[in-house]
Amino acid sequence: MIEIGGLRKAYRSRRGSVQAVDGVDLTVGEGEVFGVLGRSGAGKSTLLRCVNMLERPDAGTVTVGGVELTGLRGKRLRTARHGIGMIHQHFALLSSRTVAGNVAFALEVTGAPRAERKARVAELLELVGLSERADAYPAQLSGGQKQRVGIARALAARPRVLLSDEATSALDPETTESILRLLLDLNRRLGLTVLLITHEMTVVKRICTSAAVMRDGRFTESGAITDLLRRPESELARDLFPLEPVTAAAGDTIVDITVSGDEADEPIIAELARRFALDVRILGGSVETLAATRAGRWRLALPGAPDDNREALDYLRKRGVAA
Amino acid sequence: MTWQEIYELLDVGVRETAWMVGVSALLTAVGGLLVGVLLVLTGAGGLLPLRPLNAVLGLIVNVGRSLPFIILLVAVIPFTRVVVGTTIGTDAAIVPLTIGAIPFFARIVESALREVPPDVVAAATAMGATRTRIVGKVLLREALPALVAGLTITVIALVGYSAMAGVVGGGGLGDLAIRYGYQRFETEVMIATVVALVILVQLVQMLGDLLVRRLSHR
Repeated sequence: MIEIGGLRKAYRSRRGSVQAVDGVDLTVGEGEVFGVLGRSGAGKSTLLRCVNMLERPDAGTVTVGGVELTGLRGKRLRTARHGIGMIHQHFALLSSRTVAGNVAFALEVTGAPRAERKARVAELLELVGLSERADAYPAQLSGGQKQRVGIARALAARPRVLLSDEATSALDPETTESILRLLLDLNRRLGLTVLLITHEMTVVKRICTSAAVMRDGRFTESGAITDLLRRPESELARDLFPLEPVTAAAGDTIVDITVSGDEADEPIIAELARRFALDVRILGGSVETLAATRAGRWRLALPGAPDDNREALDYLRKRGVAA
Repeated sequence: MTWQEIYELLDVGVRETAWMVGVSALLTAVGGLLVGVLLVLTGAGGLLPLRPLNAVLGLIVNVGRSLPFIILLVAVIPFTRVVVGTTIGTDAAIVPLTIGAIPFFARIVESALREVPPDVVAAATAMGATRTRIVGKVLLREALPALVAGLTITVIALVGYSAMAGVVGGGGLGDLAIRYGYQRFETEVMIATVVALVILVQLVQMLGDLLVRRLSHR
């Protein structure tokens, strides 16, 4: 649904130029929720703004729904933008319009006739659960309600793709949770493809099926969450499931195992202990419900040196759990 | 001088001032909006960046702003003659008043439009809105309360300027104060003029504040 190839964007200022996006390749499949995680200044925001040409990339290609956007200008670009919704960290609502007016604005832009607009606005407000506040002004709403208006507005033109620019970063944890649930719901019900940027791990954890970690304008890792979890070197996996560093008792074998999907519900550790008659000790770990799957990660201590535990390790590997 | 006479003088003075200020305020609103919008659009990071035009506009506005009104008043006399056909009277005063106020209001418009969060403009752009729509429905609409507040300030400044126009035969309350209060020591007329000006300015400010309150939903 979204394909980005070799994207580069630099900002020139008097003090020199900053390479905000330094060669990013990215594919987001239809119906996927892709999260780009990174600190401020990593280039995430620039990357996202390049997707709908709010920023013109210096190099590379951006294709959304089969349309190459980098070459488009004027009317054709505006039409393509109707198919790409966007929500913003600070909501970016029109303070002079009511909730209904804000949603209607997006429809006016697409040239929808007045009669149609009214019905569609009601439908969209219903969708985000704000029908009662249709006549309120943004200043009278809470942050979460404002973002719901932003989401309704972004969906007005029935886009296939939604870009989310730190949509929950200005919200408290509870509100964040409700907005994430709404996004996930929309993703599932409407088949909406979502590309989001965030600095919050919770967002990736709760709703993303794929993710990338961005630093200094580049992706340091990228892929489906379930794949990333299996990579021992994955930063994302480490951050999702932090394991305390342990000082290994001499003579023990320390293994980290990561399981996801149905495996997460299987009694792997118990089986390991039973089958090899091992006194397995759990040093740390957790099981989390992610958007895509349930996953768990543990650090175990097996008595004896690695050589003594070869069979157990083989077993773990065969079960497909990364060790 | 009887109260009746003072009242008649004041009546004429207030009408003249209201006419000068009213017409020049209207012209200033249109001209200042145009110049202010152009300044924002063509400026760095604007929707239609055009460095040279922006620099030229900025220069003209600054020249206009740096001339004290009393000097501008005299300096544009040849131009006034061309436009109105005369250099005396209230109609003639409208020309320098407008020329003096447009740069002033243009800067106010510029800063009011810059107060609209860039996020909101980006959101409209991302929706696929045209530049014309963004200017009309986003920038000007969102800045409307600030624009009205700015116009109020401008109108009050115009009341002040118009009194100066009285010095060169522009008519209005300024003319009255000079001719009776200053040249003939008619203290009553002077006081009456001051009171009339205070009331006039007060009314303009109240009307402006009321409008801003009505328009603002922040």
